[in-house]
Amino acid sequence: MGIDNSLKVDIGGGLQLKNPIMTASGTFGYGSEFADYLDLQRLGGIVVKGISLQPRPGNPPPRIVETSCGMLNAIGLENVGVENFSSAKMPFLRKIGTPVIVNILGDSIEEYSELAEKLNVIEGISAIEVNISCPNVKKGGVAFGTDPVMVKKVTESVKARTSLPVIIKLSPNVTDITATARAAEDGGADTISLINTLMGIAIDHRTRRPKLANIIGGLSGPAIKPVALRMVWQVANAVKIPVIGIGGIMSTEDALEFMVAGASAVQVGTANLVDPDTAERIIDGIGDFVEELGCQSIQEIVGTLRTD
Amino acid sequence: MTAIKFGTEVLRNEKITDDICRLTLLAPAIAEKARPGQFVMVKASDDFGLPLLRRPFSIHQATTDGQLQILFKSIGRGTAFLAKRQPGDILSLVGPLGKGFTLPSQPTNICIVGGGMGTAPLFYLAKKLLRSNTEHKAIKVFLGAATASEIKVLQNDFAGLGGLTVLVATDDGSTGHHGLVTELLTDNLDQAGNWQVYSCGPHPMMKAVASYCFARNWSCQVSLETLMACGISACLGCAIRGSGQGVDSNKPYLHVCKDGPVFAAGDVAWE
Ligand SMILES: Cc1cc2nc3c(=O)[nH]c(=O)nc-3n(C[C@H](O)[C@H](O)[C@H](O)COP(=O)(O)OP(=O)(O)OC[C@H]3O[C@@H](n4cnc5c(N)ncnc54)[C@H](O)[C@@H]3O)c2cc1C
Ligand SMILES: Cc1cc2nc3c(=O)[nH]c(=O)nc-3n(C[C@H](O)[C@H](O)[C@H](O)COP(=O)(O)O)c2cc1C
Ligand code: FES
Repeated sequence: MGIDNSLKVDIGGGLQLKNPIMTASGTFGYGSEFADYLDLQRLGGIVVKGISLQPRPGNPPPRIVETSCGMLNAIGLENVGVENFSSAKMPFLRKIGTPVIVNILGDSIEEYSELAEKLNVIEGISAIEVNISCPNVKKGGVAFGTDPVMVKKVTESVKARTSLPVIIKLSPNVTDITATARAAEDGGADTISLINTLMGIAIDHRTRRPKLANIIGGLSGPAIKPVALRMVWQVANAVKIPVIGIGGIMSTEDALEFMVAGASAVQVGTANLVDPDTAERIIDGIGDFVEELGCQSIQEIVGTLRTD
Repeated sequence: MTAIKFGTEVLRNEKITDDICRLTLLAPAIAEKARPGQFVMVKASDDFGLPLLRRPFSIHQATTDGQLQILFKSIGRGTAFLAKRQPGDILSLVGPLGKGFTLPSQPTNICIVGGGMGTAPLFYLAKKLLRSNTEHKAIKVFLGAATASEIKVLQNDFAGLGGLTVLVATDDGSTGHHGLVTELLTDNLDQAGNWQVYSCGPHPMMKAVASYCFARNWSCQVSLETLMACGISACLGCAIRGSGQGVDSNKPYLHVCKDGPVFAAGDVAWE
């Protein structure tokens, strides 16, 4: 038995991770960028930068700005496209042996499902994570993730085209997070991950200009952790499928809080940018915690928030 | 490449002016690998972890005995925190990062143009040029600053290297030429010669230097700045517009932390 087994977690769709710590999309490149800073083999999973059918150039600069306890980004989903990803990035990722979860994005349902089909035949991919925080170009640019009907449709069409486990990554920019979560579950999602970034603006009052060229950006980092915890807790109580918690995780304690709230696993995002070895540090910390608690499995703490 | 992250000890904190500091750190693993024009990401946060993001600083000097210097102006929270560091304090650094200056392998005429804190990486460049096996025909250094006090120490440091000429311009005329550093170029560079130009400083200055070089067909390398979140090409936040002619001609954007911070001036879209 020993420590190794005690950190194993099931995240749905038959996918088991050696520990509950993954790296979040867009904050960990394609993995290789971090090879100098931590042992990639120790990670529970690697979620790569969002991939689209065609390469995307991204938004004009400035793309990032630091805000109170967090940062705003408007990278504009710059990525190498699925073909390049498969030929240039997958060979390295395959060699590591850590589960690779490919985050996908699109501007139409067709694009999502075509991506799912393409990824289905690429060797070495463990799951697909669907970023539904993207604008639906055919529906006036309203994000897929804000409309439960669209969430269900996207989930169904991705599921129909792949045999890989499908994780639906929810947008927090909604009134009722449980509505989109249930829609994903109804559509057949194996897992739900949340939260993506919260929409925000930073302003320079002297020039009276937005600090990002795109005006609006996505807020991430410690600033969003309470919101993320609340949403993870609500969703974990609303659906039966496993939930992955994301949002402002910087430390072991943060990760454990998400698990208590109901997350079966977590993703570390912005913290990778600050300290590239954060994920490995948290894995060590979770190991220590399990030992200290003397429990058989870290899964014992999932969803144990006491509200009495 | 292999950059690393670790705690480094502050050995010295010199106040150049009220708000310009030079920190000397004991960082052998970084110093050993550092090339001129590369940078480090420094954690400049207090006990509460704020500010959150690391701050990029050019390598001002790296020595064979493991010392690394950064030279910076206190302009905000992170730099104010760094300005207060004392010998014995530990700072977390990631580096060396990015692509540095390309040094000529043939003897040539070299012109270095620095403005403000842009002078920081140029000192290490000058030192490496002087210590390289290639004996250059001439090395001329042009430094611009707001006022005399901001440039005196550096001017002396450059002059102290020997084997180069240093000319200075200040905004207030308190020392050297009264005006822009770029105004010194025409009178002091043999226009018939072929110069390898290196520049770092405020964007308008580098833009002027770049167009000066384009007009004369001189090779010019610039070191650029953007806001950065990671410095290790993970976030893609440090994009600048490329000219479409250089390194990645099919891509509209270049990334300062990975493709730079030093670029051939012709690779950059000067807007
Ligand atoms: C590759 C690279 C090398 C650098 N080398 C040096 C160096 O050797 N010496 C040095 O003094 N600085 C250098 N800088 C700039 C330095 O990183 C910033 O001064 C620093 O991040 C400011 O942090 P702060 O927390 O003090 O300021 P903040 O509190 O973050 O900002 C204060 C104000 O300054 C503005 N600001 C922040 N960063 C910059 C910037 N890069 N350029 C212009 N305005 C900015 C902010 O928008 C804000 O208005 C370099 C930057 C890059 C990208
Ligand atoms: C620079 C940056 C780029 C991101 N890119 C993506 C992306 O391509 N796809 C995606 O689903 N989420 C993306 N995200 C969102 C993160 O994966 C994560 O959901 C969010 O940042 C919240 O977690 P954090 O606070 O730990 O960073 C990005 C976040 C950042 C900061
Ligand atoms: S600063 Fe993050 S990619 Fe350059």
